[in-house]
Amino acid sequence: MSMHLWIIPLLPLAGAAVNGLLGKRFPRALVNAIALGFTAAPFAMALWVAAQFAGLSPDQIPHIERYATWLSAGAFSAEYGMYLDQLSVIMMLVVTGVGFLIHVYSVGYMEHEGGYYRYFAYLNIFMFFMLTLVLANNYLLMFVGWEGVGLASYLLIGFWFLKKSAADAGKKAFITNRVGDFGFLIALFLLIKHFGTLQYDSLWPLISRYPVETGAAGLLTAIGLLMLVGATGKSAQIPLYVWLPDAMEGPTPVSALIHAATMVTAGVYMVARSHLVFNRAPDAQMAVAVIGTLTAIFAASIGIVQTDIKKVLAYSTISQLGYMFMACGVLDYVGGIFHLMTHAFFKALLFLAAGSVIHGLGGEQDMRHMGGLRKYLPYTFWSMTIATFAIAGLPPFAGFFSKDRILWSAWSSGYHVLWLVGVITAGMTSFYMFRLWFLTFFGKYRGPNPETVAHGHDADAQHAGHTGAVQDAKDAHAAAGSHGHRSPHESPWVMVVPLMILALLSLVGGWAGVPHSLHGSDRFGTFLSPAFNEASATPGAAAATPAEAKPESEDNSTELAFSSISVGLAALGFLAAWWLYYKRPELPERMAKAAGGLYTLLLDKYKIDELYGAVIIQPLILLSTNVFWKGIDQGLIDRAVDGSATDAREASDAMRHMQSGNIRSYAGWVAVGAAAVIAFMVWRGVR
Amino acid sequence: MVPLSYYLVLSAILFACGVAGFLIKRNIITIFLSIELMLNGVNLSFVAFAAQLNKLEGHIFVFFVMVVAAAEAAVGLAIIIAVFRTRETLNVDRVNLLKL
Repeated sequence: MSMHLWIIPLLPLAGAAVNGLLGKRFPRALVNAIALGFTAAPFAMALWVAAQFAGLSPDQIPHIERYATWLSAGAFSAEYGMYLDQLSVIMMLVVTGVGFLIHVYSVGYMEHEGGYYRYFAYLNIFMFFMLTLVLANNYLLMFVGWEGVGLASYLLIGFWFLKKSAADAGKKAFITNRVGDFGFLIALFLLIKHFGTLQYDSLWPLISRYPVETGAAGLLTAIGLLMLVGATGKSAQIPLYVWLPDAMEGPTPVSALIHAATMVTAGVYMVARSHLVFNRAPDAQMAVAVIGTLTAIFAASIGIVQTDIKKVLAYSTISQLGYMFMACGVLDYVGGIFHLMTHAFFKALLFLAAGSVIHGLGGEQDMRHMGGLRKYLPYTFWSMTIATFAIAGLPPFAGFFSKDRILWSAWSSGYHVLWLVGVITAGMTSFYMFRLWFLTFFGKYRGPNPETVAHGHDADAQHAGHTGAVQDAKDAHAAAGSHGHRSPHESPWVMVVPLMILALLSLVGGWAGVPHSLHGSDRFGTFLSPAFNEASATPGAAAATPAEAKPESEDNSTELAFSSISVGLAALGFLAAWWLYYKRPELPERMAKAAGGLYTLLLDKYKIDELYGAVIIQPLILLSTNVFWKGIDQGLIDRAVDGSATDAREASDAMRHMQSGNIRSYAGWVAVGAAAVIAFMVWRGVR
Repeated sequence: MVPLSYYLVLSAILFACGVAGFLIKRNIITIFLSIELMLNGVNLSFVAFAAQLNKLEGHIFVFFVMVVAAAEAAVGLAIIIAVFRTRETLNVDRVNLLKL
């Protein structure tokens, strides 16, 4: 039975094609209808597929559909086909569902912007590539989606390409991702070299024959580490996370899409998809866990001092992705994907709510100019509240269940240090999120007085300045101008409704995975874990799998105690934020002064960008300028090409003088020539 | 009997005079005559060798050269007249362009 899975990714592509090629002449309503229609349809179809999937018997999973041989070279061939198991079902639902909500929201958010059709075409193409990535039945097709989301993110981050910082941020994202892609590509080459295929269904049995590489690192460790390099690029982990904070230059719904539904989750998905490799490579798996944990606390510490509302959220994403990697690293892939899902809900909500705040303030992003917005933006406030509680890990919101599951996995698999760092990070997360919450919605409004504000305000000018980019410059300027004069206002319904839906999901999304210790049934885990069960992934090779049967009779009270520790820390973070940013708002400044260098270091994001600039980028630029540009390109290639032309010209110039037009000189040449011939003949004759 | 070398030396002198006139003179007609002089210097060599070696080919060659020289004179003089008509000069140094 075929479910025609190929239709799901192709629908957004069709939408992108129509909007991208013809949208310039369409009225906005039509652009909206196309963009939303071609994302609602794959969501509906994903729901239908999920329903069908639920009816499959276990031996029909994974459900693989093959459509055609995509390319074949010698013994190697790759198919165009789709692979549906529990993992891709969940990813597909998250991508289409959250993606669709972000599309709806964008209709309101981008109302005043130029290049409307272009924006929606890019969004749709983003969905297409992400769906290709999660549904592909081989690594090569996955790589197409992998590169494609990189392209789409480049286009969207640099959407306001007239602004240099936005164009630079787009380039930075793309180039940083290229570094990671390189690692992933080498991993794929290794797979081809040693296994001769990239098809999941033929790869899994081959890999499962390998023993666990304890002690000596081997092939699978190398593959795993290279895959990790790829994942750090796409999922913004140390050391390749630097592109994500800059990606805030894009429109806010784009940030939501990148952070929640597409792009950054790709790395986690890829690690989870390659679980057979990581299961057999303890070193690579350890690296995943350590990098994830380090990233989690590192990004959280930067997030504490950021003042740009979107930057705080960006660092929180990096930090939360760190948790997902930590989960994958301690072999709790279910926890990783669970957190991926709940994170998709509350991070999309956070970004969209932040976007609603920014929209309501006419482009203001600095939290120091916000405050007291609770009164002006009630719906945004309530949805943001739910999201903040969810990300802080307070029960019964979604983040609590997933984050706690990860922390418990870290502890119970013996990584006590990782658990400790994770718990501290949870407290920090709670602190900086509530800091954002208090700064934005409580206290007095610190923005410019609505009566006196003029076009000249930075953020306003920026907001309007973006627009001239493509079209309707005059129109948009007028719109943004009128915008700036108003006091903070609630967003239109088309933006608020997605917020409400996501708020609901952030509230109940975690209930799917209530752990046994809380007398839940962990339906999420029960559903997803077969995908990570080695026997089911490799039909026919079950004998080789030492099943990782977790003892279900876990010490519930210990788990509960650990939960209460992390909840307690989260509550502590809340109280600290309340004390510093609500009760005594003058304190943080004094503390910042007291902390001095440490504060500046955090504010400068540990100067990592500067470090990369000095260690990698500057030497590269110097090398490129002096050796490749001036040395090889100008000195060697240009000189060879230009030099041969110059030589030919000079030689011709000399020869030209023989053609004087003077008959007697010609006669002279004839005589000289004749004399030379005679001399030659005489010489020959004498010899 | 006059030895062969006498003829050859005379022939060489005639040819050298022709070459010198050809290179030095500026008047087209003089140059033309210098060419005739060279041709006849060569003709002298031919007949001298023919007589010395008792062969007929040298004589025949001389006739051919004379015929060609006559034809050349006819064509050459026609060209000279055409050049004079357009340029109003017979100085070769001033006839240095293919077109006017």
